[in-house]
Amino acid sequence: MTEIFGIPIQALMGQLMLGLVNGSFYAMLSLGLAVIFGMLNIINFAHGAMYMAGAFFAWMGLTYWGIGYWWSLILVPLTVGVVGVIIERTMLQWLYQLDHLYGLLLTFGLALMIEGAFRYFYGSSGLPYSIPEELTGAINLGFMFLPKYRAWVVVVSLVVCLATWFVIEKTKLGAYLRAATENPRLTQAFGINVPLMVMLTYGFGVALAGLGGVLAAPAYAVSPLMGSNLIIVVFAVVVIGGMGSIMGSILTGLSLGVIEGLTKVFYAEASNTVVFVVMVIVLMIRPAGLFGKEK
Amino acid sequence: MNATTEYLRLRDLHAFYGESHVLHGVNLVVNRGECVTLLGRNGAGRTTTLRAILGLTGRRTGSIVVNGTEVIGLPTHQIARLGIGYCPEERGIYSSLSCEENLLLPPKLHSAGMSLDEIYTMFPNLAERRHSQGTRLSGGEQQMLAMARVLRTGAQLLLLDEISEGLAPVIVQRLAQIILQLKEKGFTILLVEQNFRFAAPLADRMYVVEHGQIAAEIHQNELDEKREFLQEVLGV
Repeated sequence: MTEIFGIPIQALMGQLMLGLVNGSFYAMLSLGLAVIFGMLNIINFAHGAMYMAGAFFAWMGLTYWGIGYWWSLILVPLTVGVVGVIIERTMLQWLYQLDHLYGLLLTFGLALMIEGAFRYFYGSSGLPYSIPEELTGAINLGFMFLPKYRAWVVVVSLVVCLATWFVIEKTKLGAYLRAATENPRLTQAFGINVPLMVMLTYGFGVALAGLGGVLAAPAYAVSPLMGSNLIIVVFAVVVIGGMGSIMGSILTGLSLGVIEGLTKVFYAEASNTVVFVVMVIVLMIRPAGLFGKEK
Repeated sequence: MNATTEYLRLRDLHAFYGESHVLHGVNLVVNRGECVTLLGRNGAGRTTTLRAILGLTGRRTGSIVVNGTEVIGLPTHQIARLGIGYCPEERGIYSSLSCEENLLLPPKLHSAGMSLDEIYTMFPNLAERRHSQGTRLSGGEQQMLAMARVLRTGAQLLLLDEISEGLAPVIVQRLAQIILQLKEKGFTILLVEQNFRFAAPLADRMYVVEHGQIAAEIHQNELDEKREFLQEVLGV
């Protein structure tokens, strides 16, 4: 069997793939966080809870109403987005003029309540959600077996992330978004309905988290804790990438997933902490993050 | 003066930033097609008057009528959509947008707006630098961009704040020509200026703002007799 640095290539590729899958979730979630922070000035601690709610909505849809995976991919992000819009209208909109801390505390409280509610009704042991038939099995690439579902997750998340990047950086709507992020008052003085855009941005950001949740449901167990386990790493990713860069969030998310995967192969003990070690190093060298602009 | 020629009327306008009371009952009128200048010392409340019209200050009371519509209770974007083009003192060029994206950002409010070609004819520098990042432009180019940006939308009332500030004399002359061209095209202009020599030949009327109130109104034909008074209140 072929080996690289004494590691069988099968194992290396397997972990690399798993790293890419994790990285896809990091990328999607940190992208949403970055967009929300840019527009709303709020550090959305409820992001992990929205991801978890996405996975649960998919599970509930299937279990209670027979709504399958493919429909969930569309309906769940819409539902989570609507929940986000309601949260923005009823709570967040009153906090924009205040310090970041208030938004962080409010969304942290929301996260605890949402998680607590799911834990109360469904326990914390995790519920199974099976991979849709079309995506079961694996493809033999010669040097490794590629599970179809993992490949699917990576492709979907890449497409969604790149589409988001394209819309924000290359279209008229994106120009409105960038302008409103940079100078909301002036942008509104040009006749652009900034409050509406802010509301939809929050809805879109959490919808991305919800979509992440649907994608994650078959890959991991559906559990009330899945969000809070992930969100801490995602915040580290955002810090490393730097706020405010869309492409930065995507690239940082993916590459940290890969770094984590490779660490599992070479020094498994450090795999849970490597992201934070990278964070410390990046903060020492570039306090604004890899892609962030220093003020 | 009948109501149809009035384009903007402020009545007893008070405005606040947080707890500080900045405008203390401003009353003024700008008629359709007129160029009116607000003169005054720094901190007198001229910029705040422009910002208050668009709802960019804190709390406001009194009345602001734009083209027959009371706007004091409207959100900023709806006020702008009545046909106001705003050119802020700090120019407000977006660094995250290219020159052309900056130019195309404000939505068209009226079909009468200038086309991109007309704008590039008026401001040839902007055509050359259309793909540059907005804030990489020189100060003069940024000011041209800030002006051009509101001309494309078809806004009929232009609120221009200190557009000559910090610019080379030759660019200031160019701006004066542009204002004259805009007057010929029938735009209504409310100009905030520190530079009296720039503003005096352009303005049909001037208001002197002091302590958040209108202290005097001067017509173009009274300029000579009131020159001494102006020097006194403006410190020029």
